Amino acid sequence: MTDMRTPLGRVRGLGSAKDGTMHFWRQRVTAVANVFLITFFVFLIISLQGADYQTFVATMQNPLISVLMLLVILVGCYHMKLGMQVIIEDYVHSEGMKLMALMGNIFFSSFIALASAVAVLKISFGG
Amino acid sequence: MANADLKANRPLSPHLQVYRLILTMLMSILHRITGAGLYFGTVLVAFWLVAAASGPEYYEFANAVFGSWFGRLVLFGFTWALMHHMLGGLRHFIWDMGRGFKLEAANWMAKATIIGSVSLTILLWIIGYMVR
Repeated sequence: MTDMRTPLGRVRGLGSAKDGTMHFWRQRVTAVANVFLITFFVFLIISLQGADYQTFVATMQNPLISVLMLLVILVGCYHMKLGMQVIIEDYVHSEGMKLMALMGNIFFSSFIALASAVAVLKISFGG
Repeated sequence: MANADLKANRPLSPHLQVYRLILTMLMSILHRITGAGLYFGTVLVAFWLVAAASGPEYYEFANAVFGSWFGRLVLFGFTWALMHHMLGGLRHFIWDMGRGFKLEAANWMAKATIIGSVSLTILLWIIGYMVR
């Protein structure tokens, strides 16, 4: 039977990781976002340094700042998860250790992301 | 011939130890080290936010930790790692667009990355102390 698919269609998803350039692409998209988000974050920290609790809470309750802080956290953590995955794949060669490290990376990044996000939401909802 | 033998005796490609350290290589290594440092540095961000969400006393405690001389030293390092990794990332965007591969360009960008990251860090801290 004639295969009607394009050459690209035939090989798509057949790479060693089965996800083609997705890792690279997501790494770059989060990197572009981070240039803006981290710039915001740095200036937020500078303006909040030494602020008393009321000022801090009032700032974090601004909806725009809450949303940007959530993006800083989620995009940042996704970016770092991708980066650490590459470091592990480069240096950890034993299959068992590599699997453990890759899982630990996901657990750590998810925990940091959710702990920070829940904290921001709690403050911004005034809990 | 035993397969295991073949596997054990396979030649390995040379790694870092056979190369003379050059600036672009150092920037590549620093990009990875600062990335890994920032990865673990997020614990500080999570600690700060969770403390603030736990009430005024915990918020003051976190502020005292970060305001101590050691806390400031760590935050100064954190700032530099952030700036260095960001400038390194911008350099990667330039390479992604197919530019900056010539030796002079690559060397120029490597110098700009290190000078830029140190200058930006100092500048941000000067701004930080000025607006207090």
